[in-house]
Amino acid sequence: MSDNGARPTGDAAPALRLRGLHYDYPDGSTGLRGVDLDIERGELVAVLGPNGAGKSTLMRLLNGLIRGDGAIDVFGERLTDETVRSIRSRVGLLFSNPDDQLFSPTVIDDVAYGPLHQGLDADEVLARSRAALAEVGMAAYEDRTPHRLSLGEKKRVAIATVLSMRPDILVLDEPTSALAPAARHELIELLRALPQTQIIATHDMAMARDLASRVVVLSDGRVVGDGPTEVVLGDRELLREHDLEPALHGQAGAQRDSA
Amino acid sequence: MAVSGLLERYHARHSAIHRAAPRAKLIAALAYIFAITFTREGDWTALALLALPVVAVVVASRLPLLLVLRRALLTLPFLLVALPLLFTRPGETIAELPVLGWTVSDEGAVAVVTILAKSWLSVIVAVVLMATTEAPALLRSLRALRLPRLLVASIEFAYRYLFVVTDEATRMLQARSSRSAAIDGRRSGGSVRWRARVAGNLVGTLFVRSIERSERVHAAMLARGYDGEPRQLAAPALDRAALVVAVLMVLYGCAVQVGVRL
Repeated sequence: MSDNGARPTGDAAPALRLRGLHYDYPDGSTGLRGVDLDIERGELVAVLGPNGAGKSTLMRLLNGLIRGDGAIDVFGERLTDETVRSIRSRVGLLFSNPDDQLFSPTVIDDVAYGPLHQGLDADEVLARSRAALAEVGMAAYEDRTPHRLSLGEKKRVAIATVLSMRPDILVLDEPTSALAPAARHELIELLRALPQTQIIATHDMAMARDLASRVVVLSDGRVVGDGPTEVVLGDRELLREHDLEPALHGQAGAQRDSA
Repeated sequence: MAVSGLLERYHARHSAIHRAAPRAKLIAALAYIFAITFTREGDWTALALLALPVVAVVVASRLPLLLVLRRALLTLPFLLVALPLLFTRPGETIAELPVLGWTVSDEGAVAVVTILAKSWLSVIVAVVLMATTEAPALLRSLRALRLPRLLVASIEFAYRYLFVVTDEATRMLQARSSRSAAIDGRRSGGSVRWRARVAGNLVGTLFVRSIERSERVHAAMLARGYDGEPRQLAAPALDRAALVVAVLMVLYGCAVQVGVRL
C-alpha cells in the first residue's frame, strides 16, 4: 500500500506537537496537567502509565473528540473547531473496545464508514475499504457480522476501519488488551508492518519493548519519562515510582508462602 | 452459550426461498401484507386464496413447520386487540359470558376470526422472510427501498447492539448465579425484598452501561467523520428476478381482491 503512509510534505513540522496540554474532566478532576510532546514522522511511540494517568484522555484529545487547553499541531496545522474534521482524516483513532468501534451490521459497512463520510465516490469507498481489509488480513470477512468475530478478528477489523480513511497518524488505545497470546502476537506484527506514525497507549510493557522506538511515561497527567525504549524501560527507579514494574521480572513462579 | 444465539432469526437451509434475492422477498412480503389488509370481513374465499401462496412458500422454504408455527405465535397480541369486537359489534347473539352477562355477536365473531386470520398469515410471511434472509441483507434491502436513512440506521444499531447488550446481561446474571451459593444447614437466598433490589440494580446497571456505551459509540462515529448525516454503502441495483417476483405478488394480491368483489 504505497500511498497509505506518511504524506511527503514540504515543511519539516513534526507529525504532532503538543504544547501545554491541559484537560479537566467534566466532574472537575484533572486529567492532564500540562503535557508538552513532539512526535516526529514515522515514529512509533508507546505511552505507558498507571491506570488513571491520562492515557485515554490524551488519545481522545489528539483526535479532537474532547477539547482541552493548550495547543495540538498536526503536521503544523493547529487543531481548532474549523480544522477538527480534516484532522480526523489524518489522525485515525483506534478505541480500546472494538465493540464500541464496530457499530455496523457487517464488516464492510463498518470499514466503509470513514471513507463514506470523507465524501469519496462509491467505487473509491469500496476500493479503499477492501484494500484496508486486505491489509489487516481480513479480506474474506467482508459480509460477516461483527458480533460473530473473535476479539482478535474484531481488533483487526477495527484497525481496518481506521486504515480505510488513509490517515498519516494512528492513535491506538490499548490495542493488545485482553488478547490471547497468538492473537496479540499477530496484532503486534500487523502494527509493525504499518508505515504510519503510531502512538500507542498501553499497559503491555512487552509490546512496548518489542515495537516502540520511543517510550513516553505518563503519570498523574504529566509526562514523567520520555526517551528511547531501552533507556526508559531500563530505568527501574522511574518505573517503580510510577507503578510500572518491568513485566516478567523475578516474580514468575515464585513459591507461595505456606502458613 | 449466550442468550444472543436465541435472538438470531435466520435459520439456515438450502431452499429456493433462502436463495431468492432479499429485495424480491422483502417487496413480495410487503405487497402480500398490503394486499391482505383489503380483505373484507368474512370473505373466506379471499382468505383461502391468499393462504395458498403462504402455504407454498412455507413448504418451499424447507423450514421446520413447528419453528414457523411457534414464531407465528407473535400473532397472539393481536388477539387481545381484536377480542373486544366480540362483545361490542351489534348482531345476533350466539353466546353469553356466564358471570358478566356480556353477549357475543355473530358479526363480532366473524370480525375477530377475520382479523386473526389476516394477522396470522401476515406474521407467517414475516417469519419466513426473517428466517430465510440474513439480517444484514434485509437491512441492505431496506436501504435500497429508500426508507428514511435515520430509520434504517436506527434498526442497524439495534441489530448490532442487541447481541452485545444481551451478552452483557448474560454475564451479569452468571456473575450473580456464581455467587448465589448455599452453606449446608443455613437458609440461603436472602429475603425476597433484597433479591428484588439486586435484580433492580442489575437492570439499572445494564441501562447505565448501555448509555455509556452509546456515548463511546458516538465518539467512535465522530472520530471517523460523522456529521449527523447517516451515510451508507449503496445497495446493488435491483435485479430483474426480484422485480418479476414482486410484480407477480402485487398482481396476485390485486387479482384476489378484485376477483372476490366481482
